[in-house]
Amino acid sequence: MIHSIIFAGFGGQGVMLMGQVLAQAGMNEDKYVTWFPSYGPEMRGGTANCTVVVSDEPVASPVVEMPTEVVAMNIPSLLKFEPKVKKDGFLFINTSVVDRKPQRKDIRIIELPANEIAENLGNVKIANMVMLGGFVQVTKCVSIDSVIEAMRYKLSGKNSDLLELNMKAIFEGAKHVGG
Amino acid sequence: MKKLMMKGVEAIGEGAIRAGCRNYFGYPITPQSELTEYMARRLPEVGGSFLQAESEIAAVNMIYGASSVGKRVMTSTSSPGFSLMQEGISYIACAQLPAVFVNVVRGGPGLGDIQPSQGDYFQATKGGGHGDYRLIVLSPSTVQEATDLTMLAFDMADRYRNPVLIFADGLLGQMMEPVSFEEKEVTYDNSAWALTGAKGRSPRQVTSFNIDPYGLEKMNMELQKKYRQIEANEIRYEEYRTEDADVLIVAHGTVGRIAKSVVKMAREEGIKAGLFRPITLYPFAYEALSNYGEKTKLVLTVEMSSGQMLEDVKLSLCNKTRIEFYGRMAGVVPTPEEVFAYLKSLIGRQ
Repeated sequence: MIHSIIFAGFGGQGVMLMGQVLAQAGMNEDKYVTWFPSYGPEMRGGTANCTVVVSDEPVASPVVEMPTEVVAMNIPSLLKFEPKVKKDGFLFINTSVVDRKPQRKDIRIIELPANEIAENLGNVKIANMVMLGGFVQVTKCVSIDSVIEAMRYKLSGKNSDLLELNMKAIFEGAKHVGG
Repeated sequence: MKKLMMKGVEAIGEGAIRAGCRNYFGYPITPQSELTEYMARRLPEVGGSFLQAESEIAAVNMIYGASSVGKRVMTSTSSPGFSLMQEGISYIACAQLPAVFVNVVRGGPGLGDIQPSQGDYFQATKGGGHGDYRLIVLSPSTVQEATDLTMLAFDMADRYRNPVLIFADGLLGQMMEPVSFEEKEVTYDNSAWALTGAKGRSPRQVTSFNIDPYGLEKMNMELQKKYRQIEANEIRYEEYRTEDADVLIVAHGTVGRIAKSVVKMAREEGIKAGLFRPITLYPFAYEALSNYGEKTKLVLTVEMSSGQMLEDVKLSLCNKTRIEFYGRMAGVVPTPEEVFAYLKSLIGRQ
């Protein structure tokens, strides 16, 4: 099974970190993973995005034209990447920011008010982890436990006090989509 | 073995440190500044020296100096910076000194842009600086391979007393993948040539100068003899699903792995495709590739350039098969889908 995912949003929404945590979680499960960021002028304004591949076999191309899943954290990301999702793939939409409906009928849409859920938990900055929790719950790309383990690794050291909040965000996101 | 998620450029830095590199001189430039940063952070931890030079020209001459006294030394840069280093590299090659260079290639020519490219292939493999010299050029396609080849680069540089170049691109440099590091004892012997003070022995000289043309020709002959050895011993390449292939893609570096996806797509549609991925760009695998002249009906070279490695592919195959090319320039990365569409158009498939 090969998951190829594009995480996209504004610079500052933490889309790069979402991708890194997922890739780390995949590695924890001994899967083959790559994480590749768009970098350069594109990061200022418009969308920032990264591509993650999680696979049971060695990853050939880290560059993906038609991802199996897209996470759109803002409107420009929806506009740019909705057309690219593979048929029958998943499109995750952060409805707290995206106030419009997708056009495609041949893909599966998951709507999640990530910012609102994050605000209710006390910090809007963890909207990315809310979304990641929902993403993993739906796609079963990796286990929630592996995501938590990856988060623990990422937040080891001086940021360890943020772990609990991030864990809550992941669980809350998963719960919202039926976990 | 424990795995770490690392960026390509960081993995190159860590590979260098584990290969015994304790000296780094460089000047930041996108898309490889994280490597300079990594060395700035890591080298003091292992008792090494990091120095941010005032320019790439200064950096390459610091490399020249450190290498002369027998230190394992590295610098890294990106295309315009690598151009600035060429004079020094030519000197280092002539003086027969080991040193490792990393060029994380970006779109050019000129100041260009900061996106991935392979447009420096000619510069890397056909000279770059002045005079009759060669660099050993290694082109990794995964983060793990970037680490492994960096460690190998230091051994090769010492074995042949020759500069070795890691030819990466912005895509590999910025990408993260799991990496594991082989625990390896670092051994190398430079006692026969390093400038360590002439106490108890006769003086030595490290130089790239000889005013007598017969003397300089003799130095050149030594270099050429060394290059023939390198060509005999060090050619490396990967073949993927080539056993029965009648369509062969030739691609190196990150394009090599993009092409691997194309091969998989083609196989799913019953096209007998295979991949030939040169790992050493110099020495190039002319002979191994030439075997495909009679076995294939089409060889498609794919590069992030206007067709530079293509010239070596043509030299290998001597028109014994149909040779085609697909390239993107200036920092545009080809997707597997577009390469596959082009491949299909060449063989008349929908």
